[in-house]
Amino acid sequence: MHNSKFIARVMAPGTALVSSAASAQSIDETVNQVFSNSTGWFVSFIFSPFPGTSFPWIVAWLVIAATVFTLYFGFIQFRAFKHSISLVKGDYSDPDDAGEVSHFQALATALSGTVGLGNIAGVAVAVGIGGPGATFWMILAGLLGMASKFTECTLGVKYRNEYEDGTVSGGPMYYLTKGFAERGLPGGKILAVMFSVFCILGAFGGGNMFQANQAHQQISGILGGYPGWITGVIFAGVVFAVIVGGLKSIARVTEKVVPFMGVLYVGAALIILIMNYDKIGWAFGQIFAGAFTGLGVAGGMVGALIQGFKRAAFSNEAGVGSAAIAHSAVRTKEPITEGFVSLLEPFIDTVVICTMTALVIIITGQMMIDPATGNYLVEGGKIMTEGGTSGVGLTSAAFGSAIGWFPYVLAVAVVLFAFSTMISWSYYGLKAWTFLFGEGKSKEITFKVIFCIFVVIGAAANLGPVIDFSDAAIFAMAVVNILGLYFLMPIVKKELQSYLSRLESGEIKKFK
Amino acid sequence: MSSKYVVACDESPASDRALQFAIDQAITSGASILIVHVLEWSPYSFLTPEEIEERHKRRKEELSRAQSALIDGLVAKVSSAGVEVDSTIRYGHTAKIVAEIASQKKASQLFIGRTGDGGISARVFGSVASTIAQISPVPCTIVP
Repeated sequence: MHNSKFIARVMAPGTALVSSAASAQSIDETVNQVFSNSTGWFVSFIFSPFPGTSFPWIVAWLVIAATVFTLYFGFIQFRAFKHSISLVKGDYSDPDDAGEVSHFQALATALSGTVGLGNIAGVAVAVGIGGPGATFWMILAGLLGMASKFTECTLGVKYRNEYEDGTVSGGPMYYLTKGFAERGLPGGKILAVMFSVFCILGAFGGGNMFQANQAHQQISGILGGYPGWITGVIFAGVVFAVIVGGLKSIARVTEKVVPFMGVLYVGAALIILIMNYDKIGWAFGQIFAGAFTGLGVAGGMVGALIQGFKRAAFSNEAGVGSAAIAHSAVRTKEPITEGFVSLLEPFIDTVVICTMTALVIIITGQMMIDPATGNYLVEGGKIMTEGGTSGVGLTSAAFGSAIGWFPYVLAVAVVLFAFSTMISWSYYGLKAWTFLFGEGKSKEITFKVIFCIFVVIGAAANLGPVIDFSDAAIFAMAVVNILGLYFLMPIVKKELQSYLSRLESGEIKKFK
Repeated sequence: MSSKYVVACDESPASDRALQFAIDQAITSGASILIVHVLEWSPYSFLTPEEIEERHKRRKEELSRAQSALIDGLVAKVSSAGVEVDSTIRYGHTAKIVAEIASQKKASQLFIGRTGDGGISARVFGSVASTIAQISPVPCTIVP
């Protein structure tokens, strides 16, 4: 009698804990259900393929645009690369302008927004579905995308609003409105409004939910599984303290630590590549073979291409227009200089950092190959991996297989990257929000609170619906933005020609 | 041609003493004084997007604050001693800027206060005064 009562009393807190964990789990499930139901139609539209194929029209839209800009500006990304580096180093910076935002600062801030979970987890998703070949298409998309960034950031500076108190507001919503009006074209305002709406959604999706989601996955991979909304609430709390409470110190620390972590990440990747130097040739072989044959992945070569392009666009945001918002605040007499500086971003983000992630995943042999055919073993549209990992887990396993303790460092890096991307995108979303609804404290707070709520949702939902919605929202921004860029690119060409001729004639001074 | 003294000024007591010393010297030698105030700044630091947006406004505020809270007072002090005076506020690395100005303006001497942090901190991280002593292109006087 006593025994059973005793046992019951001991068991009671245990069962309470189990049942509360179970109900916490189902909060996650409910959130996930509601979310995927409400966003499904939007995702389907954005990613609908050309009839009779599996090729999404949005991917074609982005890549064709990048190619058009590359050709229209005469491969500016390669011609001006060296000049971009000089600008960032400060060679052309007037000493009297010291104390204003430098080109380096603009680049670093914009990069801190784009370098995020897309570089770590997104690449793993791309390579996990499209195979190593996706890397080739990703690099190509990165190189082409440099021209898109060049165009939009030049326009961002040229058509910004400068207010009396010295602050500036710029970005696609401004250049669509003002640029179209200047060229006498109708519809600028409508495009600007559409862009703002999608930018807000993009801020909630890729700039927020995806980051929280993958950050939680990495943390729970280290600490052991627990419900996502808990990570979400903690993250949301910190983000709230920074963007609403104005606790700038946190943001400042992050901004300084993130570049360091970026260097550490690339450094670790290089070490792993060197450790496996004998397999580097094989890895590149896989990349090229996979790029053109697919090596058994779902969708073959086209599958690899789609995944590569998707991830590049999502990661470096070329053509999306967000970087134009960041760069527009830089004080410069020559808008084109911000274009030059910004074209380094897709290079650093995609061609360097994303490629590092992909190479490490490939070279550590995380993905399972059928020894008979040399093709990758595919299950359910994804490549089978050692340990069944995907997303950030795959990257973590890849690094961890070579440097045992790296997953812990990666967890710290993931949290910091996620956080800095969230801070940057909360800013972009806010700019779009105030464009639509006007400036004002209460309007700002409304947006910021909603933003924090989405942090929780992102951490709680499953990766699938989250990444789909994130992608869709960001690509929707690119639809509107690129349409605008097509009409406004002659303006950029004039700026470019004027600047280059003055550079040659020596009118543009070199100070160092 | 009268010679020019460059005096690096900030809000520290040592800087006041340096300026006073320079004034005394200038009265005897008939030199003019150029007051230089440097706001520490690096183009390679990292900013949040909001800081970038506000930077231009902040910069104007910082300049006007430095002018009214510090420079105007110092200029008045030098003028009332009967010495010709000019001033400039710049952004950057203090020692480097001061040395550059001394060279550009062909100063005959450079004055700076030794802020006496002393001890390990100055030995490990250096101080502006000791850096100036290393890189100054003109004779420099460090006033304790």
